Amino acid sequence: MNYIPNILFLIILVAGIGYFLKNVKKLIRNIKLGKDVDVSDNKSERWKNMAMIALGQSKMVRRPISGFLHVVVYVGFIIINIEVLEIIIDGIFGTHRIGLKVLPKSVYGFLIGTFEVLAVLVFVSVIIFWARRNVLKLARFWKSEMTSWPKNDGNFILYFEMVLMTLFLVMNATDLDFQSMNSGNVISQYIAPWFSSFSESTLHVIERGAWWLHIVGILVFLNYLYFSKHLHILLAFPNTYFGNLKPKGQFNNLEAVTNEVKMMMDPNVDPFAAPAEGSEEDVPAKFGASDVQDLNWVQLLNAYTCTECGRCTSECPANQTGKKLSPRKIMMDTRDRLEEVGKNIDANKGEFKEDGKQLLDDYITKEELWSCTSCNACVEACPVSIDPLSIILEMRRYLVMEQSAAPTELNTMMTNIENNGAPWPYNQMDRLNWKDE
Amino acid sequence: MAEFMSEGKQPEVLFWVGCAGSFDDRAKKITKAFAKLLNKANVEFAVLGAEESCTGDPAKRAGNEFLFQMQAVTNIEVLNAYEVKKIVTACPHCFNTIKNEYPELGGNYEVMHHTQFLKTLLDEGRLSIEGGKFKGKRITFHDPCYLGRANDIYEAPRDLIQKLDAELVEMKNCKRNGLCCGAGGAQMFKDAEKGDKEVNIERTEQALDVKPEIIAAGCPFCNTMMTDGIKVKEKESDVDVMDIAELIANAQDL
Repeated sequence: MNYIPNILFLIILVAGIGYFLKNVKKLIRNIKLGKDVDVSDNKSERWKNMAMIALGQSKMVRRPISGFLHVVVYVGFIIINIEVLEIIIDGIFGTHRIGLKVLPKSVYGFLIGTFEVLAVLVFVSVIIFWARRNVLKLARFWKSEMTSWPKNDGNFILYFEMVLMTLFLVMNATDLDFQSMNSGNVISQYIAPWFSSFSESTLHVIERGAWWLHIVGILVFLNYLYFSKHLHILLAFPNTYFGNLKPKGQFNNLEAVTNEVKMMMDPNVDPFAAPAEGSEEDVPAKFGASDVQDLNWVQLLNAYTCTECGRCTSECPANQTGKKLSPRKIMMDTRDRLEEVGKNIDANKGEFKEDGKQLLDDYITKEELWSCTSCNACVEACPVSIDPLSIILEMRRYLVMEQSAAPTELNTMMTNIENNGAPWPYNQMDRLNWKDE
Repeated sequence: MAEFMSEGKQPEVLFWVGCAGSFDDRAKKITKAFAKLLNKANVEFAVLGAEESCTGDPAKRAGNEFLFQMQAVTNIEVLNAYEVKKIVTACPHCFNTIKNEYPELGGNYEVMHHTQFLKTLLDEGRLSIEGGKFKGKRITFHDPCYLGRANDIYEAPRDLIQKLDAELVEMKNCKRNGLCCGAGGAQMFKDAEKGDKEVNIERTEQALDVKPEIIAAGCPFCNTMMTDGIKVKEKESDVDVMDIAELIANAQDL
């Protein structure tokens, strides 16, 4: 009979972690729908980037207020989670505060005391975050892509964190043994008097309730990640590792095009040669991207990593001047479409069934794509090395090379380059005229 | 370049003029100013003249990878035929493309932006910079995206402005946070999408906020955009838009 809580705990724990792992598997499968890209180079530089940008939050603090608050929540989150270790051991073995048995009282008190202080700091930071979204109404949280679910999602996460921190403190405050020990209850000793009118048995029920809700809450939160924008707490690490190392101005050269151009330039190539039927070359490569499968897997990882903070959009010159383009929306759309494709695959026994939709037009419009000045402000602004510009470029490539759907003026510009070697209709022979003017 | 070749000589550097520098009336002045500075510093330089062609930058950013690579391969053939080692250009777009995107296609050169090159000449003592008429003037520098964020070059142009004994004032958004002029990504060649403002107007307003006498630029396209912005704001009589090369050349009345 006495083992029922232990068994119940184990079941909840296994179910919670199991469902999370199931979704992680799905996540990895979806990311792998992207094209392959070689990112195995410069390992030491990549580790360094991950350490600086993700672990060290170096780009977060470029905006001091939100950066500082984020560091508080981030450090608090990681450190308070050490407590979860104790909860799990206690839960499985039916012990109470196992830490006290293995650690000297002073060390245990110091640890819990630190957690309590951090819990309050996290709570306060989260309140300020909430106020920035909902009271101060910072512009980047109120853009057109931030309605309904994305807006609620952001707030839900903040409520979650408030509740978890409260439960942790209540759990400590109502633990009479812990309070009487009087070590580590730096914050909870001030909360304990609120419960002084309750009987010992009621307090025990509250303490147990808070304990259970705390661990269940953490497991629910863990599983909420996959469905929310909050995956960045995990994916920021691989994303910064795989982030671009080249100068930001360098756009990749399409290899398929290089091969074509080389053939055109080579006088020895048989112009009528056709690849053998059924061979790999028989299927011409698609240029650019019209759907998520045309993007590479790092770009898809980018989409799952985006936490919709909107720093990119707030720096975007097109967005600042009222154009439809929002780099954040590019990432959100990519993820939404990828999720849709993933669900389609789940529903059709592992095969993607044509659904008559694609990333282009159904999610991202041409107007957005053509507003981009390729200035890299969004890439520079992203605290976790996401590159919305590379997706915009891939989609422009599709529009121009597969659909010939460039704006008329750009077609004129390109015709000029083809004919005169300059974007304007001037004669190439006049290039040196400045010398004598 | 052909003349150097026929004499069996190699110039110290190839000056890549670029389309704007060759054809745009405003940008041609930058070209001339920079050429004068090169002459002043006794730099043996060559140009490709009629053998130069668009690097392909606007085609690539517009999504036309075919046209870009055709241009790139053609230019690389010419440059390699002349055994060019070092290239300097006054256009950050040409600079970025040749420096970053040509190597994979077989074009490996040492590429410098003209502000970097001028800085080197200065450091080597081959060029001296005097404040002249710009002494004490309020100058703000607009970072070109393709020089700044794209290639992390922020200091060379600023060092040069400071050598003029001018008062360098920074805009609200500068260096890695610098706002685009609105011309990049092939926007120069089309009308902007619907919005409530033009990007160059926004940037010009940011510049005017710091009350400069001169807006310095390092890119012919930024120059055009900012000049247009100043015209819209009817400030032509108070504020000049000038390239760094022009500032240095004009200070010495070259």
